Amino acid sequence: MAEYKGVMVFGETVEGKLSPVTAEMLGAGKRLAKDLGQELCAILVGGDVSGFAQEAVALGADKAYVVNDPLLKDYQTDAYVTVMEKVVKEVMPRILLLGQTTIGRDLAPRLAFRLGTAVSMDCIDLAIDPGSKLLLQTRPVYGGNAQAVFTTELYPQMATVRAKAMSAPERDASRQGQIINIEAGLSPSAVRTRIVQKVTEKVEGIKLEEAEVIVAGGRGIGDANGFKQLEEVAKLLHGAVGATRPPCDNKWVPDSWQIGLTGKIVSPNLYIAVALSGASQHMSGCSGAKNIVAINKDPEANIFKEARFGIVGDWKKVLPAFTQKVKELLAA
Amino acid sequence: MNMIVCIKQVPDPEAPPASFKIDPATNKVIPPKGVSPVISPFDENAVEAALKIKDAQGGKITAISLGHNLLRDVVKKPLSMGADELVLLEDEAFAEGDSWTTAYALAMAIKKIGSYDLIFCGRQAADWDSGLVGLGIAEILGLPSVTLARKITPGNGKVTVERVTADGYEVIETPLPAVITVSNELGEPRYPTIKGIMAAKKKEPIAWKPADLGMETAKIGPAGQHAKLMKLFQPVRESKCELIQADTPEESGAKLALRLKEAKIL
Ligand SMILES: Cc1cc2nc3c(=O)[nH]c(=O)nc-3n(C[C@H](O)[C@H](O)[C@H](O)COP(=O)(O)OP(=O)(O)OC[C@H]3O[C@@H](n4cnc5c(N)ncnc54)[C@H](O)[C@@H]3O)c2cc1C
Ligand SMILES: Nc1ncnc2c1ncn2[C@@H]1O[C@H](COP(=O)(O)O)[C@@H](O)[C@H]1O
Repeated sequence: MAEYKGVMVFGETVEGKLSPVTAEMLGAGKRLAKDLGQELCAILVGGDVSGFAQEAVALGADKAYVVNDPLLKDYQTDAYVTVMEKVVKEVMPRILLLGQTTIGRDLAPRLAFRLGTAVSMDCIDLAIDPGSKLLLQTRPVYGGNAQAVFTTELYPQMATVRAKAMSAPERDASRQGQIINIEAGLSPSAVRTRIVQKVTEKVEGIKLEEAEVIVAGGRGIGDANGFKQLEEVAKLLHGAVGATRPPCDNKWVPDSWQIGLTGKIVSPNLYIAVALSGASQHMSGCSGAKNIVAINKDPEANIFKEARFGIVGDWKKVLPAFTQKVKELLAA
Repeated sequence: MNMIVCIKQVPDPEAPPASFKIDPATNKVIPPKGVSPVISPFDENAVEAALKIKDAQGGKITAISLGHNLLRDVVKKPLSMGADELVLLEDEAFAEGDSWTTAYALAMAIKKIGSYDLIFCGRQAADWDSGLVGLGIAEILGLPSVTLARKITPGNGKVTVERVTADGYEVIETPLPAVITVSNELGEPRYPTIKGIMAAKKKEPIAWKPADLGMETAKIGPAGQHAKLMKLFQPVRESKCELIQADTPEESGAKLALRLKEAKIL
């Protein structure tokens, strides 16, 4: 029987480039492949994704597999699971990594069940066990209160990877790699769903994922108006505004502002956490921040356990004075 | 419209982080004293999704829960919110299972129920945060699936679903029956009414054992596990918060700006 070999990374693209988490997975995948003494490859699936193959090679892939088909232009579960099942059966990777994204969250579980293997979702660390050579998959569980290490003896060993948990490799445009096309072999009848519409809610200014400064508000901000004050500080510091879940649920701010386990993963230099308690599910999204500053009226709030600087007080009094002083300092 | 909602009993995820403890010897979570377990919050959103459809066009809602030591007051919540039936898969044999054994058992129970148009799950359970079981059920039953739903509108043998994406949403149409996993963007689950609570109290759940479902023993409990838990631990956080103090909150705010400047963060 043929052997499962090598590490495969499922590539995603955003705005005409390989996505940051794809690069991060190629970085991690390279390390795993090296530990196994095997190859790293990328798999690109889409309507016309040949153009990304060389980029995957530049980021460390030894091979890039490409599946182009008009039916794959937009992500749809049935189409992608069917194609990935075919790819895995042909290439037989030992390890298959996908991003913990809107696509990966949907594709990875269904594909794992289809293939009869296991998958660990939202991993923040991956390593090869030196003895068994199995993939050790570390993932936060219980909302981030604990971490679990899983493994499996089933192949391929699958994991999805959390954004910003692993580091992207240096790009080397001169790297050479093999580019291999695979037929999708997809019949339209295999796809039971239909995309009626795609709606992108445009974000103005700096994206949360890219921001160096984030001012995040919680339930204690109280209303949509309160968030206007956070926006003022964020603007001043060329940053972005984020939120915990309650302000999103209460429609004070758009859902896309949510930071956390089920929201965005951010890693700014400065994270100003205003009137939020620091629930583990929220901290999952911002624990990569270099400096957390907490403003909260409750001295017992968990956020003070996570913050480098803190003020115990009413944000309505603290924040305007802070903003004023920042203005002065920036003007000087 | 026949609807099934899968609900899981979990330790309260909103309990203070300081109360969270694990036993490293057994790799298990020690339930905090005095904090009652709850239905995983996204599963309540899933119940709400089914109730919204029932409100609009009628139908029957069956909730299913698998576990052991299921507290009746907890797992009966969907009934008190307005669901019609509750099926409990409660057996020692189910202990030490994983997402694969759970998806299999739930799929077998759904088959036994027999008539279903929509199967709802939460986007992920608040204990292991996996988001696997719903898609597993879909795969085992061979049904189409849509994940991360925030709005669900059935009609003409189809269902239209708004699916949350990173920067907006997409509208997806799928034939019935289908599996849908629900996210909190769907909206707050309703509170049980007094009438609902009274009705739930009187309602006997339907209890099914592995044998009732014709389950293969190799697919239950530890034998059916696909993923092996090697270690469960609490990450140590080294935190030292420098509290900025002053006579008034305004002064402390200004002082914070100066301190951040001094630390070269601003
Ligand atoms: C499975 C799951 C996934 C989840 N995913 C996420 C996620 O991705 N992101 C997320 O954020 N949450 C998530 N949650 C919810 C999370 O558990 C918390 O409920 C949420 O983060 C709490 O938000 P908060 O801190 O704003 O509110 P609270 O916990 O209510 O805290 C409000 C804080 O504001 C303070 N405050 C009030 N008024 C003032 C004032 N005037 N001045 C100063 N301080 C004040 C209070 O002292 C309090 O500490 C998830 C939950 C579950 C179960
Ligand atoms: N033991 C269970 N009983 C009933 N439903 C479950 C169970 N485990 C998982 N589910 C359902 O599957 C969803 C996803 O769970 P998970 O894959 O464990 O994150 C949950 O939100 C529930 O709807």
